[in-house]
Amino acid sequence: MKPKVAFYWCASCGGCEEAVLDLYEDLLAVLDAIEIVFWPVALDFKEHDFAAMPEGSVDIAFVNGAIRTSDQKHMATLLREKAKVVVAFGACAQLGGIPGLANLTTAEEILHDVYGDAATMPQTEYREDGVSLALPELFDQVLPLDRVVPVEYYVPGCPPTPNIIQSAIGALLSGLAPVRGSVLAPDHALCEECPRKATRPVDLAIERLRQVHEQLIDSETCLLAQGVPCLGPATRAGCGTRCIRGNMPCTGCFGPTGRVRDYGGKALSAIASILSADEEQEIGRILEGLPDPAGTLYRYSLPSCSLTRKPEYTHVGRNGKPAESNHH
Amino acid sequence: MPEEFEPRVVAFFCNWCTYLAADLAGTSRLKYAPNARIIRVMCSGRVDPQFVLEALAEGADGVLIGGCHPGDCHYQSGNYKALRRFLLLRRMVVQLGIEPERVHLEWISAAEGDRVRAVIDKMVADLKRLGPRRPVLGVAS
Repeated sequence: MKPKVAFYWCASCGGCEEAVLDLYEDLLAVLDAIEIVFWPVALDFKEHDFAAMPEGSVDIAFVNGAIRTSDQKHMATLLREKAKVVVAFGACAQLGGIPGLANLTTAEEILHDVYGDAATMPQTEYREDGVSLALPELFDQVLPLDRVVPVEYYVPGCPPTPNIIQSAIGALLSGLAPVRGSVLAPDHALCEECPRKATRPVDLAIERLRQVHEQLIDSETCLLAQGVPCLGPATRAGCGTRCIRGNMPCTGCFGPTGRVRDYGGKALSAIASILSADEEQEIGRILEGLPDPAGTLYRYSLPSCSLTRKPEYTHVGRNGKPAESNHH
Repeated sequence: MPEEFEPRVVAFFCNWCTYLAADLAGTSRLKYAPNARIIRVMCSGRVDPQFVLEALAEGADGVLIGGCHPGDCHYQSGNYKALRRFLLLRRMVVQLGIEPERVHLEWISAAEGDRVRAVIDKMVADLKRLGPRRPVLGVAS
């Protein structure tokens, strides 16, 4: 019997779903090997049909997007109930992703910014003729998937690249399942496989930090050596250095390697250490080239920052028992 | 009357200067605030920003890093690396809603036992004025 697979999206942009299509003709082989039982973005499945399936009857659920509304939390819990294995797919599910930058402010401020006091301010509930419709609650905090339900595996990337998706699906379907809690990607830093590695000076020392739009970037030299804050030293490899090949710096979407607890802390260390200044004022001058440290260093992982980590949630596992904690 | 707030300070002191200064403060029987928990590291350059974030996440009200004076680092440049990381880290934690006074860096040589006393006393007094840590922005309390 083919393994039953579910796909679902939460707070995400749809890029993770498109990334699946980026497998091109290889997608046909994947679709041959599995039975899709739930994938609302691509095919017409209804929540009530999925909810009627027995617990644990789905083999793998790929969930992308962060959790930031009560509806997403509800769906994550439902998927957890039905699936033997839950995979956090993409940077948002793994680390909080771009939507996670909302954690720099509160839900109330966001709603006020977007709707102000305008007449379009959303009603959270509407009743007519005995029928009631309610909008999901917007949480104050954007959460990675494993803060809401236990997660077996992580597929990194914004979005995950086809090679990573293929090897992840291959590993999961072959039954050669890696250790639970693994990130299904290589466990070394991006610099190790960077095509510009040979041009990186042994003693990297930069006198000026510049954003990509502030200078012409040489397409062969190490980006850090050119003063562009490239997060390759702190970021997990596996993407095929796509951004670097496009002459853009790594912004860290593959998240940390296995030995790092806090991505932003590590990225901060990598950038600050190579500044070529020993004196406070001069260091401050160079740092003006990095005007938004939190947004740059935690671009995809603010909800996973140690500081915003809340005490352990009491997870409810598939069998209704509290699951063991899921820190990675 | 409510008990006075006693801040918890995690202090990372380098093995060659600041830790020896703390030792000197002890053997000189200097009296200073008992709020700092000192962790000895080989060099202030060993203090990974992750350590500071973790300390704050686990409930420290402030973090103090102590290293050798510029030019005196046992490993030549560890203290300069510490300074660069500290300056960027302080900019970043402010964005996350943490007051800059909670993260502090001081150069204290092995001979400056009295400076250990003064620095810790001042930091504890500052933290008492600030009060306990507020929840970080975006985190529902």
